[in-house]
Amino acid sequence: MSSIWEYANPRRFMATSGALLPWISAIAAVCLVVGLVWGFFFTPNDFRQGSTVKIIYVHVPSAIMAVNAWLMMLVASLIWVVRRHHVSALAAKAAAPVGMVFTLIALFTGAVWGQPMWGTWWEWDPRLTSFLILFLFYLGFMALWEAIENPDQAADLTAVLCLVGSVFAVISRYALVFWNQGLHQGATLSLDAEQNIADVFWYPLITVMAGFGFLFLALVLYRTRTEIRARRVKALIAQERMA
Amino acid sequence: MIGLLKRDLSLAIRAGGGFGLSLAFFLIFTALVPFGVGPETGRLSEMAAGLLWLGALLACLLSLDRIFQLDWEDGTLDLLATSPLPLESVAALKALAHWLTTGLPLVAAAPVLGILLNLPGAAYPWLIASLFVGTPALSIIGAFGAALTVGIKRGGLLLSLLVLPLYVPTLLFGALAATRGAQGLDATTPLVLTAGITLGAAALLPFAAAAALRVNLR
Amino acid sequence: MTLRVSDLACARGPAQVLASVSFSVEAGEALILRGPNGAGKTTLLRTLAGLTPPITGTIMHEEDAIAYAGHADGLKAQLSVTENLTFWASIFGTDDITPALTAFDLHPLADRRAGELSAGQKRRLSLARLLVTGRPIWCLDEPTVSLDAENTARFATAVEAHLAQGGSALIATHIDLGLSNARTLDITPFIAKGLPASDPFADDPFVGALS
Repeated sequence: MSSIWEYANPRRFMATSGALLPWISAIAAVCLVVGLVWGFFFTPNDFRQGSTVKIIYVHVPSAIMAVNAWLMMLVASLIWVVRRHHVSALAAKAAAPVGMVFTLIALFTGAVWGQPMWGTWWEWDPRLTSFLILFLFYLGFMALWEAIENPDQAADLTAVLCLVGSVFAVISRYALVFWNQGLHQGATLSLDAEQNIADVFWYPLITVMAGFGFLFLALVLYRTRTEIRARRVKALIAQERMA
Repeated sequence: MIGLLKRDLSLAIRAGGGFGLSLAFFLIFTALVPFGVGPETGRLSEMAAGLLWLGALLACLLSLDRIFQLDWEDGTLDLLATSPLPLESVAALKALAHWLTTGLPLVAAAPVLGILLNLPGAAYPWLIASLFVGTPALSIIGAFGAALTVGIKRGGLLLSLLVLPLYVPTLLFGALAATRGAQGLDATTPLVLTAGITLGAAALLPFAAAAALRVNLR
Repeated sequence: MTLRVSDLACARGPAQVLASVSFSVEAGEALILRGPNGAGKTTLLRTLAGLTPPITGTIMHEEDAIAYAGHADGLKAQLSVTENLTFWASIFGTDDITPALTAFDLHPLADRRAGELSAGQKRRLSLARLLVTGRPIWCLDEPTVSLDAENTARFATAVEAHLAQGGSALIATHIDLGLSNARTLDITPFIAKGLPASDPFADDPFVGALS
């Protein structure tokens, strides 16, 4: 138990993640149920936005997780490139569809929220547009993984794509602000902002955010475990064939 | 190093090299636009700068898979990888050759096609300048995408899927420079930013492309 | 110019194909690699050429010493014979392509486009490329494919001349080239049968993931 890298061993990872997974899933479920029920039914309506504001409890956490999932893929890809830990590469692969779905949820709830607020389902606002582009990055990452047979090669190439894509995603983000100032309200949750949301909304929101975080963790662990099993099957078949 | 550039240029120009295909695509794209959005000159002239940028981008995209694919298939890439020329230089030179045979002709053709779309007179210098400084970025980013997908059979569609999101900032700044020019506004800032993306891409992406090529050659 | 390989393990894709390969090739010497199809001759040569990274082991030679020629000819159909050779000469920083043309009797074909050559003629052109690289260690993968007897002899002469100049060659081939200073290395004993017995999970960490 000397170093965190011991979990890079697939066997070690399977044992530990198997033990943790039920707990993480349970925490995710509790946080989500408590936070969402609290947010939807026990918070007042916003004086300007009415009850539509409640979509914030899905929209904001999924948007945050959409970005964080990409960051996690970036870190996992870097770990793979530097230390060649297979589990890391598989975790990046496993996180991509999860991140993509979070991006879709953020886009969809954004549209549903935007319709009554701005009178339009879609607006080429920098935030919305950058999430659309993030969605395309997820698609490209997954498509590249699917297209390459050799898993190590796929891991290497997707890692390079993830690195370059991250740089371009950041450039795109600022380019979009330059391009169109946008309708989207400022960050709801910055710590130093004067106009922050009231505590009454804030507590259920962080509960849901924690729930989404644990949900992401649980899904990624679950999918990484599946990938490891798939790799094991492949390795066993190869072994069988060579013997 | 010059040898590789010279070879790529003569290969592109000779029969079967595909030189001019992108140019023809650009022409057809521009000719099809009015059928899609209607022939009113006022509307066309408003959209012309952006549409020409988009057309140039798509025309560029069309020929990207040729950057490394042919050399990969006939084994030349293996030999280049074992040559004294670093793969980083190979990637950069091939992107340059792609720009000279694809991007530069598109820049030259854009003003002519601008007439078809009724591009306002004030926009011409800005359009040409923005395409001139922006299309190299398209070739370099494209070379990176081509390096990623070189080992994949029929990877052309995947290449587009990977490269198009990476094209966003270049398209955005380049088209913005041209559009602002068309409106008679000063477009120096987006033009400089377009050039910045080209320079940044030229400085960094050959390394990423070479890394991808090494992985694919294993 | 010595090539020294010790305890080399090579992989083709995700699978290890060769283990603990050790040999050395001295200047003026040719090493003929033999082994059944799929044994890993190509993998070994690609590893030596630096295209595929080895799993373990060391490959020692001077920098920029290896010229590799694989199954593919690496020729451009639209370029003439001379242009193809001149291109490689410029890449490798040499300038005289005449010896290469002479050695493989390519003068009569010099202005023909590579696309118009027969398979054997293409092969000669791709072997002539070795001479313009100016590199001492040749790693050749089935170099005599589609060559007739006369041109195989011509190739053998070129290899002899290369060895006489202090070069060396590793040649994966099934035919007897009749080289004077050649050793044969059968790589069959090095084939990695399944996984190494000592550590059943060394090859792929995922085999043991669930046990």
